[in-house]
Amino acid sequence: MSHSFDEISAQLKRRHRKSARLKWMSMASLGIALLFLVVFFADMLNKGLPAFQQAYVQVEVDYNEDAETMGRAALDPEIASLVSRSFERLIPGMIRDDADLLGTTETRWVLTNSQVDQYLKGHRNELSDDEKAAIDERVEDGQVDMKFNTTFFSQGDSKMAERAGIMAAAVGTIMTMLVTLAVSFPIGVMTAIYLEEFAPDNRFTQAIEININNLAAIPSILFGLLGLAVFINFFGVPRSSPLVGGLTLALMTLPVIIISTRAALRSVPDSIRQGAFAVGCSRWQVVRDHVLPLALPGIMTGSIIGLAQAMGETAPLIIVGMVAFIPDVSASFTEAATVLPAQVFTWAGEPERAFVEKTAGGILVLLAVLIFMNATAVMLRKKFERRW
Amino acid sequence: MNSQVAEREMTSMTSQRTGQPVTRNEQVGHDLSVRVRDLSLWYGEHQALHNVNIDIYQKNVTALIGPSGCGKSTFLRCLNRMNDLIRNVRIQGRVEMDGRDVNEPKMDEVALRRRVGMVFQKPNPFPKSIFENVAYAPRMHDLVSRKADQDELVERSLRDAGLWEEVKDKLHQPGTSLSGGQQQRLCIARAIAVQPDVILMDEPTSALDPISTATIEDLMDKLKKQFTIVTVTHNMQQAARVADYTAFFHLGEIIEYNDTKTMFSNPHTKKAEDYITGRFG
Ligand SMILES: Nc1ncnc2c1ncn2[C@@H]1O[C@H](COP(=O)(O)OP(=O)(O)O)[C@@H](O)[C@H]1O
Ligand SMILES: [Mg+2]
Repeated sequence: MSHSFDEISAQLKRRHRKSARLKWMSMASLGIALLFLVVFFADMLNKGLPAFQQAYVQVEVDYNEDAETMGRAALDPEIASLVSRSFERLIPGMIRDDADLLGTTETRWVLTNSQVDQYLKGHRNELSDDEKAAIDERVEDGQVDMKFNTTFFSQGDSKMAERAGIMAAAVGTIMTMLVTLAVSFPIGVMTAIYLEEFAPDNRFTQAIEININNLAAIPSILFGLLGLAVFINFFGVPRSSPLVGGLTLALMTLPVIIISTRAALRSVPDSIRQGAFAVGCSRWQVVRDHVLPLALPGIMTGSIIGLAQAMGETAPLIIVGMVAFIPDVSASFTEAATVLPAQVFTWAGEPERAFVEKTAGGILVLLAVLIFMNATAVMLRKKFERRW
Repeated sequence: MNSQVAEREMTSMTSQRTGQPVTRNEQVGHDLSVRVRDLSLWYGEHQALHNVNIDIYQKNVTALIGPSGCGKSTFLRCLNRMNDLIRNVRIQGRVEMDGRDVNEPKMDEVALRRRVGMVFQKPNPFPKSIFENVAYAPRMHDLVSRKADQDELVERSLRDAGLWEEVKDKLHQPGTSLSGGQQQRLCIARAIAVQPDVILMDEPTSALDPISTATIEDLMDKLKKQFTIVTVTHNMQQAARVADYTAFFHLGEIIEYNDTKTMFSNPHTKKAEDYITGRFG
């Protein structure tokens, strides 16, 4: 018996309704997710952008003999209460380094202390009404102003919020990531090549495979414990150093790189391998000349994503001592260092109000770097995407 | 025990490369290229080849026909040991070239594949330039060292594959940019660039249009002056057109092996006749 279109349509109605409902539900979920994202970014930008501005005051610096021992003596006492102590402390050194300076005066813009800065940004502060009035007056005169905060990018951590910057942490991150990459990339890629192209399919390799997949799901703090036990206690790698941090994060990144490299190798069609074998390539030649070049974009993409993951990691680094007060850029891989997320974590624990914006500012920088890396990964994948 | 047999036969049969006589099909004067004796093959528990015996003659086209799944590709892969790449394969019996068993432990499969090239069902040029596709293998095998030699070899191989005129102006474009039929001829050029003795073709035209198919059939006819060709085909007319010898496979056995004329005009077995006349398969 055949059915008319109307009969069939009537039957289909319920199905269509269901799929419409499902569509709306998934769109609503997407909307909620987007909303969270927008709120998060708006909040971070709102809190963090002020960190890129800092209050500066124009002062007359009098390089007199007293200032050689006590920097404060170089400043007009009235204005000295506005200036960051970090500048006062620099003066004796400046005179010592440059003998000609003694006896001269100079007008320059210097950092104010964080109280002034916070006041000008409209945040809570401990200034008295008189002090506030004095500042307002100088703002009128153009002697106090907000400027782009180069200190934030050129200095390491400091107990004085106006002087605290991300430089030391950024360098620490770069050094740590170099170690991580140098260790996990070759080992990960070679392991994946072995497992995918050479290893026999037996219990042993299956067990390894399962374990690697599990490794990627282990809470990251455990890698910190492992790093502490193996690298610091057993091999004696210096605590808090980019070396130990990088090695620890390499443990974490390794499974990500192995898994993504294997996926990239597997996506190279077998017909290419067959063709290469058929002209008399050895297994290694097949891999080196034919499979790897095709898998490389995928490998790079996976490695960048793995590295970005490691870059945002704090927990394992707490265990190996990289969450610390590091005012200076570390000069070697074995010196104490910190990394961006650890710096953010340290600032987040500071009681002073001025550190709130440092925290958010640090997060913005970290996010910018991570977004850049992930965008690079996506672009690599898009550019080299192939259809077979 | 097997190795003893190998020793003995190796001394009794001598290499055609050293100029000494090898077994001939005396009736027609064809020299032996590959001799297969009692070849059986298992994929795990599943036996795909049963006691295959066949003598493949030099500078002839031998066609393998039979219903799909009967083991033609499997047999073809035994000749250049491509089955090594498949897990859980067990092989018994002998595949002899120049009197040596290709499966013997001393045999280097890379050396074997230099002498036995292969063309696949779906054209699979390397995702490199047309030039590189051809030049890669000779360079890898150190057949050419000077740039000029390499250029010359590439041109000669492409000419022999009937592709030169079409690609000579775009040698540095990717091989994958060619049409399907051109790609397949590029794969043939790639195979002949290392000057093999035997070229295996596994349904080389089944992914191609009729015109490209005809081109490749003509090409096979030319190439057999230099090479021994073993080809699998689904197409009876193709076998009848291009092959000198035809082997009919069924369920992993060779039911009949004959010169093509006899096979198609007067098959000796009922099964082969039924298959050829289209009664099954
Ligand atoms: N890689 C493999 N693993 C397991 N079985 C296979 C494999 N390749 C082929 N076979 C089996 O071996 C038999 C012969 O296959 P094949 O040689 O491809 O046949 P043909 O080429 O004649 O169509 C079939 O039953 C097929 O299922
Ligand atoms: Mg087949």
